[in-house]
Amino acid sequence: MITQMLAKSVDDRMSRVFMALVAAIGVLIPALNLLIPETSALHVPTYVVALVGKYLCYALLALSVDLVWGYCGILSLGHGAFFALGGYAMGMHLMRQIGGRGVYGNPLLPDFMVFLNWKQLPWYWAGFDHFWFAVLMVVLVPGALAFVFGWLAFRSRVTGVYLSIITQAMTYALLLAFFRNDMGFGGNNGLTDFKDILGFNVQTATTRAALFATSATALLAGFLVCRAVVTSKLGKVLIAVRDAESRMRFLGYRVESYKLFVWTLSACLAGVAGALYVPQVGIINPGEFAPANSIETVIWVAVGGRGTLIGAALGAVLVNLAKTYLTSAFPNVWLFALGSLFIAVTLFLPKGILGLIGSGKARADRFEPKNGDEPAAPTAREGHAKTQPAE
Amino acid sequence: MNATSLAAPAFNTILYLDGVSVSFDGFKALNELSLYIEPGEMRAIIGPNGAGKTTMMDVITGKTRPDDGQVYFDGSIDLTEHDEAEIAELGIGRKFQKPTVFESHTVWDNILLALKAPRDVRGTLFRRARNDEDGRIEDVLKTVRLTSVRDELAANLSHGQKQWLEIGMLLAQDPKLLLVDEPVAGMTDAETVETALLLKSIASEGRSVVVVEHDMSFVRALGVRVTVLHEGSVLAEGNLDDVSANERVIEVYLGR
Repeated sequence: MITQMLAKSVDDRMSRVFMALVAAIGVLIPALNLLIPETSALHVPTYVVALVGKYLCYALLALSVDLVWGYCGILSLGHGAFFALGGYAMGMHLMRQIGGRGVYGNPLLPDFMVFLNWKQLPWYWAGFDHFWFAVLMVVLVPGALAFVFGWLAFRSRVTGVYLSIITQAMTYALLLAFFRNDMGFGGNNGLTDFKDILGFNVQTATTRAALFATSATALLAGFLVCRAVVTSKLGKVLIAVRDAESRMRFLGYRVESYKLFVWTLSACLAGVAGALYVPQVGIINPGEFAPANSIETVIWVAVGGRGTLIGAALGAVLVNLAKTYLTSAFPNVWLFALGSLFIAVTLFLPKGILGLIGSGKARADRFEPKNGDEPAAPTAREGHAKTQPAE
Repeated sequence: MNATSLAAPAFNTILYLDGVSVSFDGFKALNELSLYIEPGEMRAIIGPNGAGKTTMMDVITGKTRPDDGQVYFDGSIDLTEHDEAEIAELGIGRKFQKPTVFESHTVWDNILLALKAPRDVRGTLFRRARNDEDGRIEDVLKTVRLTSVRDELAANLSHGQKQWLEIGMLLAQDPKLLLVDEPVAGMTDAETVETALLLKSIASEGRSVVVVEHDMSFVRALGVRVTVLHEGSVLAEGNLDDVSANERVIEVYLGR
């Protein structure tokens, strides 16, 4: 009882530390960028704001993957699709915001449509001139795709590696579709040359700082949502489904409903991450649907420690820091480094970096003498032997 | 199939199987199996490997659809029209051959998840702990003698304790019928005796229990009516001494 409560309080303390850290980053980095003069050593350059802002979006994406993989055992190799769809929804709004300032000066049509000789806006671009509509689509489009996909897959009891393969196929199919110019999403080039968001120029340091703070807030909110889910009884159900799915069915649980719920929620979170990512990097193209991206996200979660939420966010930031450094210092080694990292984590750190911290704590606990609040429980077998009548 | 003519034979049974056949790729796992269990009865089912014991449980719990035959629960409920989750909600609990518990959860949480309570997504997401739940969990833990390890992770339990935890989860479901597949496999002799006592006390509470078991001393300790399965159908039925004396039973099962 005591150890359990202790574990829970430590768990809560870690959550509090994590949230304080994200909040501090969310306030400090924009402040050090805007308020400190560039000559000062404490000044944070704007490119760092953009870079860390990107990491925060990745951290939110990693959270969404951990929610389904770490807690419910659904290994998605296609979560990049939901991220990219959220990104496209935001990108479409930003394209509409350009208005007549495009290269061709068409007040209604984005440049790529003018180039393709299109005469009118496709029906599915309607409404994206409104910010609120775009925000709604950022959540609804990935959510709807996940719902339909999940409804079909989970009801047919597709699990394990088969499910992973079809998630991969899903994102690959979207990649191919979005590459086509006929789709009306800018084809190969995607959507770019954004001018402003909510009337503010996306290039200015102030807007970047605001986007950064919004990303940090979204990460915090996403963390709170995930945490609320995993600490509820539903969270216990998810873990039980992960560990013994058929046992849950025979206990009377509709496993597919639980999977569908958490899968759809996760896709919505990934969509939000994508939507915040796009204005900060200034482009969204079909490359975001690449299966490799989704696999990389899974690696972040594995490195940080799955089933911990905090680990997922941590893994996303650390792996991307390494990526940023290695791809500029030693461009050729990055993929090898990533592959070796994944193998090393799988072999030596099955619980990731956070598991390392956790096991260090557990080892310390084991050597700690127990205080005699309750009589020392006899070990499993002895306990029964004593209660058994001699034969 | 007409339901009206069935009502009569199925009446006053908790479980009624008639002419049930299941085949996998031409292999007849169940061959015209007919069996009925009375309310409150405990029945032991024995038989050599491949006799169809587990397939029978799969059919009853909705995991496998029979090719032919009728399966009725509680006199009038056609089990072939329901899936696993619905059948569990109707009041049939199943223990697997290999103990299957939620290893990353504590013993307490294992019982909590099994406890009869709303099973829908919203109910579990916005659950408020009900006052009576703690008491019910404690009762179950006491029955299966796991109170002292209630905060241990299920993964840390001994094999025998896991078997009992799973039986406890069944009890928490509050089922009318328990299907128990090899409950004493891998248990020590002392644990086996305890388990027999446990199952007998469960049956004495008015629940029906079907026990599939290989261990003859355990079946003897249960002291109940025995059904011998062979090649997917019933070979013999009666008390253990009678079926043990049956020549065909000796030939296919005991004599080896």
